[in-house]
Amino acid sequence: MRPPSPSIPEKEFLFSSLKESLRLDGRLPMEIRAPILTFGDDLGWVECSLGKTRVLAQVEGKMVKPLPERPFEGMITIHSEISPMASSEYEPGRPSDEEVTITRMLDKVLKRSDAVDKESLCILAGQRVWHIRLTLHFLSDAGNMLDCACLAGMVALKHFRRPDVEVVGDEVTVHQPTERAPIPLAIHHTPFCFTFAFFSDPAIPPVIDPTQLEQRLSAGVLSIALNAQRELCVLQKLGGVPLDTEEVLKIVNIAVQKAKELNNIVDARLKEDWAGRKVEVR
Amino acid sequence: MSATVLPGTTVPAQHVNLKLGPGLLQRSGAGEAGPSIVSTRAGTLNHSSNGSKWWVESNSRRYIPAPQESVIGAIVQKVGDGFRVDIGSAHSASLDGLAFEGATKRNKPNLKIGCLVYARVSLAHKDMEPELECFDAQTRKSEGFGEVKGGFLVRCSLKMCRDLLDPKHFLLPLLGARFPLEAAVGMNGRVWVNAKEPKQIIAISRCIEAVDPDGGRLDEAGVKVLLGALDI
Repeated sequence: MRPPSPSIPEKEFLFSSLKESLRLDGRLPMEIRAPILTFGDDLGWVECSLGKTRVLAQVEGKMVKPLPERPFEGMITIHSEISPMASSEYEPGRPSDEEVTITRMLDKVLKRSDAVDKESLCILAGQRVWHIRLTLHFLSDAGNMLDCACLAGMVALKHFRRPDVEVVGDEVTVHQPTERAPIPLAIHHTPFCFTFAFFSDPAIPPVIDPTQLEQRLSAGVLSIALNAQRELCVLQKLGGVPLDTEEVLKIVNIAVQKAKELNNIVDARLKEDWAGRKVEVR
Repeated sequence: MSATVLPGTTVPAQHVNLKLGPGLLQRSGAGEAGPSIVSTRAGTLNHSSNGSKWWVESNSRRYIPAPQESVIGAIVQKVGDGFRVDIGSAHSASLDGLAFEGATKRNKPNLKIGCLVYARVSLAHKDMEPELECFDAQTRKSEGFGEVKGGFLVRCSLKMCRDLLDPKHFLLPLLGARFPLEAAVGMNGRVWVNAKEPKQIIAISRCIEAVDPDGGRLDEAGVKVLLGALDI
């Protein structure tokens, strides 16, 4: 059930206060909501919240036969279906526009950017490889679910540990987590996604990490996925707001700055969580 | 004295002139000692001092229309002579074009799609479309109802709206002492606010969200700290 468009007072007030660079939740135009990462008991279970937007990511791995045309690579699949739990505007079974955008973007950012090394997932060439399955549950939509989902998925992949496997000749032995410490996935780089919303009035500056009202009243969005080493993975622009090169480069520089800060936050949080777990090393 | 009740709990309410408020239902007992009072919501059970009025105090965000409640709605469609209004309930409400003060067949209000109106629910039944009116039923005068222009719409939980309508609550007088403001509180979880500067309107919106029992739950001292940080 689509919610009705925002009312005229809400629309006019948002535009007039954005012209004065005042956002409705008190943030600066280029300030993101502080991400809060909560880890569960299982390795690979992360809940990420950006303000009231919450996404849950869960990683599981199992051993399967590889694809015949790629016998040396493991497989990664991402499941991201938006249920009506996120908001009453999403219907089960019918992918909305936003869901299609999020699915495609997650595919580009997490799979096609080669964040996880697929060849390291191979156990026995042509016969056994790891199939890593990332499931995302969208718990609450308060704007910008895309950034939240990318962050949750990436942190879950970094958090996950797969069982240690020993291969002797053709024999494969899987060691239980109680016998041998599980090992992390081989991660090449950590991409983060940042979304900027643009408005049709050129007097209104772009804002990062839009809330639901800002997203609905925006004329277009620009999403950038990059890592802390200043390498761009994806740049996606939706909507049709004309932007010249200087504006785009300014936005990219801001995203580079935010990526470095976010990387530090994520690393600190992962270290904190890992220190709290008991992993016996013999 | 208040006890927490869950849906289905029997409530010991006995009085000669018993009045049941929100969240309580009378069930006719079959075979046993007469009708029993059951609660239909989870919340705290309250009653008046002489035991004649009983009700369950609970909180939620989804509005269920009840007659004689003032609500804020947004016009979504023009239907013939009247309008279809979204008030956040399961069905859109209908507002007749003549239900305004001084409206005649030739002089109807000119409301556009997306306008906000402050109206009173005149008719509300479970599976029917609720009906709204923009005047007081007895005096046929607007009494503050009608279109509200400018300002901003803040959404909050239903308990917060009831608290804002309570004259003993601290928030609106505290804000009003710092700068002049206008507010129209709807029982459907929506509050329309207006002040001179956008900074002040944003401050009101953030204070309402901070004091909301659903999230924040700030008290008076906390609000003063928040206003100090916002430079108001």
